[in-house]
Amino acid sequence: MAMLHTVNKSPSERNTLDSCLNHAKDGSSVLLFEDGIYAVVRGSAAAGRLKEASGISLYALGPDLKARGIGDDQLVEGVTVVDYDGFVDLVTRHENVQSWL
Amino acid sequence: MSETIKKFLYVNRKAPYGTIYALESLEVVLIGAAFDQDVSLAFVDDGVFQIAKGQKTTDIGMKNFSPTYSALGDYEVTKIYVEKESLEERGLTPDNLLHLTYEDEDDDYAEKDSIRFVSRAELSDIMDQQDVVLSF
Repeated sequence: MAMLHTVNKSPSERNTLDSCLNHAKDGSSVLLFEDGIYAVVRGSAAAGRLKEASGISLYALGPDLKARGIGDDQLVEGVTVVDYDGFVDLVTRHENVQSWL
Repeated sequence: MSETIKKFLYVNRKAPYGTIYALESLEVVLIGAAFDQDVSLAFVDDGVFQIAKGQKTTDIGMKNFSPTYSALGDYEVTKIYVEKESLEERGLTPDNLLHLTYEDEDDDYAEKDSIRFVSRAELSDIMDQQDVVLSF
């Protein structure tokens, strides 16, 4: 079982996502929540970086997308939207969690 | 002492819910609007996310304060600058933003757009013309 990485900072304000992607191994998962979700907006600078990280499974927290007005039609391909229960499921399905702050 | 009107620019650079800056800035703008100064707002960097349309915060248990931006016109805050480059870098277009308007009392209360899309270079000129710049 692989690692679940979580990122809650905006990719354009902090380098948290970059650092996470630089360290996440193939087969691991990255869950974006709070301001971290801005990385999955199609056409953004951060979305380009996510595209290069093809070996990871990408998730985003739905309530945070909705709060910030980011619609399903604005998301990059390959991201799975989860709710709070889905967040918990991801935590239990992975061997370990690394919270990038 | 004579009352002089100064040019105030509020620069908003933070996304709306991850920190308290956006809400605090909006509160200060609304309070400041009572002092009859020449007020402008700028949305730069992650600040452009503050005026994204369609915000629905019930599931995160926070107050959605985005409808308040639509009231700025009633407070005679009618110059809202949005930096084009900041939008593009974040995958946003003008269509993703709230439609903010004001009624122009010098033009038979015609409804006009408050948002002006400006380049980074234009915004730097606007900043340069201010008496007071407050950054959030």
